[in-house]
Amino acid sequence: MHHVHEENHEAPQSFLRRYIFSTDHKVIGIQYYLTALFMMLVAGLLAILIRIQLAWPQTPQPWLHKILPGLYDPNGIMRPEYYPMLFTMHGTLMVFFVLSTAPVSGFGNFLIPLQIGARDMAFPFLNMMSYWTFFVGCLVMLASFFVAGGAAASGWTAYPPLSALPESIPGSQWGQTLWIIGMVFFIASFTMGGLNFVTTVLNLRTRGMSMFRLPLTIWAMFCVSILGLLSFPALTAGVIMLLFDRHFGTSFFVPSGVVIADKLMPHQGGSPLLWQHLFWFLGHPEVYILMLPAMGFASDIISVFARKPIFSYRAMVFAILVISVLSFLVWGHHMFVSGMSPYLGMAFAVFTLLIAVPSAIKVFNWLATLWRAKIHFTTPMLFALGIVSLFISGGLSGIWLGQAPIDIQVHDTYFVVAHFHLIMAGAALFGVFAATYYWFPKMFGRMMNETLGKLHFWLTFVTYYLTFFPMHFLGLRGMMRRIYDPTQYDLFKPLQPINELISHSAFLLGAAQLIFVFNFVWSIFRGKKAGPNPWRANTLEWTTESPAPHGNWRGPLPVVYRGPYEYSVPGVAEDYIPQNVAPAEVKTVGARG
Amino acid sequence: MFGKIRPQGSGPGIADSWHGGDDGENPLGPGAEGGALPVHTKQIGLWALLVTISMLFAGFTSAYLARRAAGEWTPIPLPRVLWLNTLILLASSATMEVARRTLRSWNLRALKRWLGITMVLGLAFLRGQFVAWKSLEQQGIFLPTNPHGSFFYLLTAVHGLHVLGGLIALGVVWFRAWRERYTPYHPAIGLCATYWHFMDLLWVYLFVLLFIL
Ligand code: HEM
Ligand SMILES: [Cu+2]
Repeated sequence: MHHVHEENHEAPQSFLRRYIFSTDHKVIGIQYYLTALFMMLVAGLLAILIRIQLAWPQTPQPWLHKILPGLYDPNGIMRPEYYPMLFTMHGTLMVFFVLSTAPVSGFGNFLIPLQIGARDMAFPFLNMMSYWTFFVGCLVMLASFFVAGGAAASGWTAYPPLSALPESIPGSQWGQTLWIIGMVFFIASFTMGGLNFVTTVLNLRTRGMSMFRLPLTIWAMFCVSILGLLSFPALTAGVIMLLFDRHFGTSFFVPSGVVIADKLMPHQGGSPLLWQHLFWFLGHPEVYILMLPAMGFASDIISVFARKPIFSYRAMVFAILVISVLSFLVWGHHMFVSGMSPYLGMAFAVFTLLIAVPSAIKVFNWLATLWRAKIHFTTPMLFALGIVSLFISGGLSGIWLGQAPIDIQVHDTYFVVAHFHLIMAGAALFGVFAATYYWFPKMFGRMMNETLGKLHFWLTFVTYYLTFFPMHFLGLRGMMRRIYDPTQYDLFKPLQPINELISHSAFLLGAAQLIFVFNFVWSIFRGKKAGPNPWRANTLEWTTESPAPHGNWRGPLPVVYRGPYEYSVPGVAEDYIPQNVAPAEVKTVGARG
Repeated sequence: MFGKIRPQGSGPGIADSWHGGDDGENPLGPGAEGGALPVHTKQIGLWALLVTISMLFAGFTSAYLARRAAGEWTPIPLPRVLWLNTLILLASSATMEVARRTLRSWNLRALKRWLGITMVLGLAFLRGQFVAWKSLEQQGIFLPTNPHGSFFYLLTAVHGLHVLGGLIALGVVWFRAWRERYTPYHPAIGLCATYWHFMDLLWVYLFVLLFIL
């Protein structure tokens, strides 16, 4: 009668079950991570095409016509109707398929059981399903480039009527439909992941691992999963209705009287603003889905390499919680120009500015952790400091944008592009790198090369700022985002040198990533062998061998006696005390043994 | 049955097997120990799922209310069959509950019978929803005709798909009951019951939202 899960006790032997259809959270995490990196490559190439276009809009690029004859006319000029496809798919892939996936689905999967002391996720089979659902979503998104009319072209925000009427733009034909289907797969996969994460953190913590002994990375993953479970359904509702409008003739989002190419559309009485509300109800929490994991990584890594406890752990946890709650109350700041009542706008502005308070607490605590520390400037630490830097520089422009009177001036200009690339894209990207350099030894059993890592960091850091900071000035001078050719406006002609500078540094930024790819691949095979705990860190993943075996710990699960940040405790011989060291086992100064 | 539950917060040295055995041994589910909540792991997962489903319908609700407030709103007539459907679904919740209780007394035969009845009622509900669609179509109210109608088709379709999912889960459980896999503490029946009652409540909510409020 007792059905015993024999298969759980040993690692599956066949290649297929072990590495492809695996239910091991570590394999799944790495699968997610590698797939996301591939999607980053695609989305990055799209960005390069965007930058070529913006810097030299009228310069023929015959070589691009040879490679991409659909996108460039025979003279080598980009076909204008396809430019929107580039920024749409760049944004969609980066936000959802790269920067939500790599940190949350990738590192979240890899780290949660290891850091809370569990053998695996609560629902390993669901976990596997979640990856393969995501994989199908990726295929659908990639396939959409090859259908008639090309991929979706209504922005990552998919505003109707553009996204609702196939007649409106080539990308709104099959491309948009596939976009919707791809998003449904993505949301389904993220939901399965979220259910797993929440349940695992609540119920699978090892003995002694109370909620307030969780590393901040886990707190971030936990809150992010809840954010996802609560906010993605709004987008699901939205895309289902959008699908109905597109294919079944309903008018949820399409207003009366839309005329395209002299043809009156049959739709009546729908509201495009309704979509915006549904989208941003997800959209704003979504930006924190990208941000919070990076904050978690930064906290853990900074504490390790400052060899100091994170300053005020509890305040850090409460800041994450407050940010999570507030992130549901601010979506209207994306809609200040939608004609909303000024009183409502005021309410959204106030909540938006309130988010600056927990954000500032986090920044203060990071700086206080660094204060007078003997910092080890390793590559993961450099990237973690990069996160802090980008969070500050992007957050400051957020405070501008959060105020309706200013936002109405710069809305939909490159100022906004600068803001969210610094804060959301930048912090999340640097988070992925920080986490990669830091946890690589646990993933592959070897260290990444530090020299190449530092080179990668400095090139990325400098070119990242050079690419995105000048966009503030473009925006303040009025240059709109999503524009095919700024030189069409006399007003923007003097800005062309800035656009060229941005493009050059963007190419350098892209090139610098080749160093990372090389380092990554090389280190998997040739990197220095890592011991169980190369960084002398406290959290539980470092108490097992590198890479961790199937089931994570060979013997019994570790038991936790302390919080994750006990570094440089006065009177203790070592400058770190792993979470599983019992009070009686702590060696004090002068003690022998 | 509860023999293998481990003392909480006890010190190291207790040898632990992989996950603490199978579902039948650890009443909180595999691997749940230490800081676990006193609830089965799968139940927590299911609640989380129900929360996200609720948010989906909250999204639809806000769209519905906003659209209705925007004017140009002609209500569609209530298809009479919906009253019957509602009764059927409520009845199926009751039979589901009976099924759940039979398991407590190790009565697998009765379990199979009541699960079967529940499934038949669930199918009848879906069939009834389809009849409601047809009756609207006969009155010339198609999916795009009228905003109220569009929402009616949309919400019943999405709800119906969720009911279908529940039916599939019930089918799996029923099939496994034939293979005598269940003990009174097996979580599957309880999980199905929670989900099924939720679908029931959700339908009542949608009914009120669409036709009574
Ligand atoms: C102090 C904190 C922040 C404030 C006050 C703030 C405020 C704003 C405002 C008002 C906008 C709308 C601008 C417009 O479209 O006219 C905006 C856009 C945006 N913000 Fe923030 N923000 C903050 C932090 C963040 C963070 C932490 C992230 C992500 C990690 C983020 C990501 C974005 C994105 C992606 C957009 C642009 C969305 C789009 O239109 O495509 N922001 N922000
Ligand atoms: Cu926002």
